[in-house]
Amino acid sequence: MDEPRRVAPDDAFFWAGAADGRLLIQRCADCATLRHPPAPMCGACGSLRWDTAESSGRGRIVTWITSVHPNRPDEAPRIVILVQLDEGTRLVSNLIDPPHDGPYDDLPVVVEFRDDRGARTPLFRVAGSETPSLRVDS
Amino acid sequence: MTGTIVAGIGATEFSKASGRSEMQLAAEASRAAILDAGLTPADIDGMVTFTVDANDEQELMRNLGAGPVTWWSRAPGGGTGACAAMQQAVAAVATGLANNVLVYRAFNERSGYRYGQPRAVAGPPPLDWYRNFGIDTPAKMYALWFRRYMHTFGATNEDFGRYTVSARRYAATNPKAWFHDRPITLDDHQASRWIVEPVLRLYDCCQESDGGVALVVTRADRVADVDAPVAIRAVADARHADASITANYYYDDLATYPEAARCARLLFERSGLTPADIDVAQVYENFSPLVFLVLEAYGFCGPGEAVPFIAEGNLDIDGALPTNTHGGLLGEAYIHGINSIQEGVRQVRGTAVNQLAGVDHCLVSSLNSGLVLGRLR
Repeated sequence: MDEPRRVAPDDAFFWAGAADGRLLIQRCADCATLRHPPAPMCGACGSLRWDTAESSGRGRIVTWITSVHPNRPDEAPRIVILVQLDEGTRLVSNLIDPPHDGPYDDLPVVVEFRDDRGARTPLFRVAGSETPSLRVDS
Repeated sequence: MTGTIVAGIGATEFSKASGRSEMQLAAEASRAAILDAGLTPADIDGMVTFTVDANDEQELMRNLGAGPVTWWSRAPGGGTGACAAMQQAVAAVATGLANNVLVYRAFNERSGYRYGQPRAVAGPPPLDWYRNFGIDTPAKMYALWFRRYMHTFGATNEDFGRYTVSARRYAATNPKAWFHDRPITLDDHQASRWIVEPVLRLYDCCQESDGGVALVVTRADRVADVDAPVAIRAVADARHADASITANYYYDDLATYPEAARCARLLFERSGLTPADIDVAQVYENFSPLVFLVLEAYGFCGPGEAVPFIAEGNLDIDGALPTNTHGGLLGEAYIHGINSIQEGVRQVRGTAVNQLAGVDHCLVSSLNSGLVLGRLR
């Protein structure tokens, strides 16, 4: 079994946002530079003041691999992706319900929150592959 | 010139089960390096290792009867620490803060703590951002970076395999190599199992090894007392704020290695050399694709051109840039890259098992850090 997720103090806002279904990006309250992974100080201006911006949840896959646990063959493989969000920051996540066996480079993706290790977690699916029940018709 | 030389080298055997403590490995390798330098343990007044080395300096001093020691420091990180540790030794000697600095690294990395296995605890908090999503081994961590190189240039796993075949050919004629007398073909490489699909097969991955390696850095004006001195022509280390702990996912272009490129510029500026002056290279390769990124970062070939450069045999003994002539970390052993510095010293001395003729300059690259070794003028 996977162990419970550890949440470092600097990361707490991200997981609190995820619990509410929001993908948050840390933003410097002085120079507005976005940063991820979270950090206490802005590397651009040195400010300790920060707030958050809510991501659109849209981005593209910069790179990806298939992750298989080396000695737990019964654990389902996952597609690990590095997502470049439209807002400009990157984060590592997983691709869910892949529409084909790859390659996945540069595909557009959209966030979807699912329970993982006991916490709501931002995962991504290929844009346009949303299940019909979740698709919003306009 | 740095005003410093490598005066001595020493190592244990490289194995999968040393049968003795990491401290014993460190002590054996260190004593061998000190004696090779024509010194006694009492002459050692500086000690440098990696932050991740488990061998306490004080305890190693007690084993060796070394010192008194007036300089000690550790280079941060894993593989990048190899040449970075050398830079700390050079800095201590060049500034007169120490005269004879011992650089060491020893571990039971196969029979003890295995780097290739998923970690029970993730390490520093930034690693949580990867581990939570399945990045639980170095192979996965690096493969996620390397995949972009494949996509950008159309490189394939078979391309990476051509590096491994070259490295294993060198290892096959190196009696110290774990893969001595066991060369492989490209078909063997392609038949090895996936470790991280679609990037790394088993034969793209470095070994897990037990062993110890040590070097002694001293003042260039001691050269008359040293049997086989090798000049440290330049040493450099470069880290950028847009990287993360062993996760280079934030560079603008992931198909490049900007920190190695910065290190290369520093090395060539400091030595007055160009890539054309390098006769032989030892390049840290935890995984085969790293060689491609490093060759391009150092300007031995252009972006994406490492694929044909390697396919044409340029890393082989008769190629334009013979590389990892001991078999590398894939073929000889994984002593965190410091065994590759030793191979550089041997190539300049003229004592390598796969010796090249007329080596004036050997490059050693270990991730973000590097150095250039050369003959004394």
